[in-house]
This record gives sequence, C-alpha cells and structure tokens, in this order.
Amino acid sequence: MTLVQNLNAQIRKIPTWPLYVIAPVPGLVFFYWAATNQLGADPLQVLERQLGKWALQMLMITLLVTPVRNWSGVNFIKFRRAFGLTAFMYVCFHLLTWFVLDKQFFWDEIVKDLIKRPYIIIGMVNFLVLLPLAITSHNYFLRRLGPLRWRKLHKLSYVAVLAGAVHYLLVVKAWPPEPIIYVVGAVLLLLMRVNWSKFTGFASSA
Amino acid sequence: MMYRFKTDLNYSDVTPRADYMNRRTLMAGAGGLAIAAMAGRPVSAAAIAFQKSAYSTDEKPNSLEDITGYNNFYEFGTGKDDPAKHAHNLTTTPWSVKIDGLVDKPGNYSFEDIIKGVNMEERIYRLRCVEAWSMVVPWVGFQLSDLLGRIGVQSSAKYVAFETLVRPEEMRGQGRRLLDWPYREGLRLDEAMHPLTILATGLYGEDLPNQNGAPLRLVVPWKYGFKSIKSIVRISLTDSEPQATWNMQNAREYGFYSNVNPNVDHPRWSQASERPIGGGLFARRKKTLMFNGYGDQVADLYAGMDLQKNF
Repeated sequence: MTLVQNLNAQIRKIPTWPLYVIAPVPGLVFFYWAATNQLGADPLQVLERQLGKWALQMLMITLLVTPVRNWSGVNFIKFRRAFGLTAFMYVCFHLLTWFVLDKQFFWDEIVKDLIKRPYIIIGMVNFLVLLPLAITSHNYFLRRLGPLRWRKLHKLSYVAVLAGAVHYLLVVKAWPPEPIIYVVGAVLLLLMRVNWSKFTGFASSA
Repeated sequence: MMYRFKTDLNYSDVTPRADYMNRRTLMAGAGGLAIAAMAGRPVSAAAIAFQKSAYSTDEKPNSLEDITGYNNFYEFGTGKDDPAKHAHNLTTTPWSVKIDGLVDKPGNYSFEDIIKGVNMEERIYRLRCVEAWSMVVPWVGFQLSDLLGRIGVQSSAKYVAFETLVRPEEMRGQGRRLLDWPYREGLRLDEAMHPLTILATGLYGEDLPNQNGAPLRLVVPWKYGFKSIKSIVRISLTDSEPQATWNMQNAREYGFYSNVNPNVDHPRWSQASERPIGGGLFARRKKTLMFNGYGDQVADLYAGMDLQKNF
C-alpha cells in the first residue's frame, strides 16, 4: 500500500464519537479559568475572544478537509461533520458569553447593538447562517434534501468563514496583525473552492 | 458563593510608605537598606511623598497587578499584556521634555527640573477606555496648570500639544507603522489648565512603572483613556488645534475632544455602558457616566458646544 492509502486506512479505524466528547473541553476549561480569575484583569474579554477564535479556527479546519484530500489524497471526510458541529458549538458558546456575561441582558443595548453595529449584525448573521447547517448536519436531512441540495445549502459555510473573520476585524482598533491573518486565511480557503479547471484545465476541488 | 474578605478599611487608612520606610531606616540604618536591596527593589527609594486630594474618588482602586498588567501602550505591542512584558526595555533616566511654542521660557527641561518644587498629590481617578472598560487608578502627580504657570503661557496660545518618545530600539511596537509615531495628543488650553488635569509621575505612591507611561504622563480623567498620553517628551503651546494620533488614524471614530459621553457612540460599538476591570468574570456592567462622572467639575468647559458634532 502507498503511504496515503496506509494513512487513510488508519484514519478509517479512528471512531468519530470521541471528537464530540473532547470538543467542548477547551471551552469549559477556559470558562473555569475565567471564573476563577486565572485569565488576567479582563477575563470576560479573553474568554469571549478565545471562544470566537476557536469557532473560526474550527470553521477553517472544516473547510480544509476537501483541499487536503484533493492535494494529498489523505481523507478526513469522516470527521468533517464533527469539525463543523464543533465550530457551531463554539459559536453558541461565544454568543452566550456575549449575551449573558457581556451584555448581561441590558436589553435596550442589545437591541441597539443588533440594529446599529455592523460587527454585531455580521456576527448574528453568521449564527443564523450556521444554524440550518447544524440542524441539517444529520444523515436524516442528508437523505431528505438529497446530496445535491444538501451540498448547495452547506456552501453557506463559505459565507460563515468570511463573515467570522470580518466580524473579528471590525472589533479591534487600528490594524493589528491577528484579525488580518484570519481574513487572509478565509479568503485563501474560498479561493481554493473556485473551480480553477475552468481557467487552467487542471482538475480541482469539487 | 466563595468567601470574600470584607473590610471597612479604605486605601486611605493604609500607612503611607514614606512613614514606615522612615521608621525602618531610623531603626535599622544600614540594615533597612540591606533589606530593601535584598527584596530586589532599587535602594534609591522609589517612594514619592504626596498629599491626599479632594479630587480623588472614594471608589476602591484597582489592584496594582491589574493596573500594571492590562495596558494599551501600542509602542510595546497591541496585546494588553505586551506593555508589561516589554516595557522594561525602556530607559527612563535621563529624561527631558522639550517645552516650546508660545511660551516665555522654552527649553529642554530635565525630568528633575519639571518636578522640582511641585505639590505632589495622590489623585484617585476613574479611567474610562474608549474600548468600553474602566478602572480606578491611584495616580501620584501634580497639576499641569502648575507647569504651565512656570513656563509662562503667552496670551496667543489656545492649545497644548504633547508628544511621546520615539525609540524603536527600546519600544518594539514602533518598528511597525501601526500608528503614526510619535504618539501625539492635545488639549484646549482651558482643559489643560483645569485642576483635574495632572501630569502623573507615580502610581500607588511609587514611581510610575514603565508600562503605565513612565516617567511622566498626562491624566485627563473625563476623557477617553487614549488622550492621557504617556512617556511625554515634548509639550508645545500652539494657537491651532494640535494633531492627535487616534484622530489621525480614524477621525470618524476618535474625535479631538473624546469626552466620555454615553450618548455619543463609537461608530462600531456603544459607549452607553462599560465593563469594570477587576471584578472577575461575573462583574456587573456599569452604565457610563457623562464626562466619566466628572461633569460637575468640567461640564461648563463645554457649555453651548454640540457634543455630538465635537466628539
């Protein structure tokens, strides 16, 4: 067997369910550290940002599965659903943190934020875009929608990854490097999805 | 609920460091100095003699750890912990401030010249960052009006302009043009002459730590924190509105006045409330006060001004 076939055979042996068990652990540990004052002077800010970053990172990992398969042949597709749902899990943690711990049910401010602040609007749109993807992640919906419609729907993940990076960029002052790196990363991931064979004649991602 | 230590003692009840250091040196002479040296503190006492001030708030100050560990000082990096990590590279002696512009006595004033004979006071002020968090900081400093009186402000002067040091070999953040260095700020002359406006040289009774703007910084408590320029090397009196770095970076978001105002939002986020630092993860959000709660003292500086336009 080639190396790639060997790797794929090993990957196939790893069960998927442990990912769902491990996924919330970093978030819960961070929350514990924040609650016990181990994250410095502004634990809320650190927690909120880190949860958002993890959500964005998991979205990007989800979108790397296909390019990695296309270029190297190594196939992580069986974990992609877990990656995506982990991203959604962290989006929910991040949203809950914002709502409960940051805005603390200051309703008038929450409403104003939702209608006036571009970064909040983008964040909320992001959540609303990922919600149907999370709901339809189950095989039952894959069957009901059929693979073509399901795949079309899940292309909304492209919107989510870019919106997530822009959301981060809109929250900082001036142009620090980190959010810019995420935006560049998101753009690169989207460029990888373009059917370049239309232009070059080479095979590319589905 | 976790047990929380409760006391009715205030910071003002704390024995001033000058007193207990004095007793120690009286008793132990060389021994006291040896103890100080062993504890790793510079033996030239960093303590500053100061008086209390009626301008101080009675709110509890944030811990020294928070005040010196959570800073926006982009000259050392954009992370909140970057100044604490990298500011030790800054050398603050010798230090001089170039005083020029519409003044009778311009020149290069050494740090020692500047603080000679001033009335050092402890001013416990609220600090409100434009990012919507806040702290209470026990500064030690003297009124800017003191210095302005000594250098002889000419009648044509209308503004005071300030500049921060540029020294990229010690301030690693200045290697990038994240902001247009040197950091610049300015005040209208009446704002500069106001008794609340101080030049701070200390914190918690000791010399200012580097990450807080050593050795000399401005504190204007009714404005957003970025106007309280740090590590000052130049003070100029001018008749036209000075450049202010954040205003240059994005005039739509950071106005020249930048008075704390819950009714005027930052274009990207609300300024109606703030997160008090140091209260832990579950600290209650606070409604932001007009002029950061100093309205009684400063509101009439802006009588008749449209604060939505002049933000």
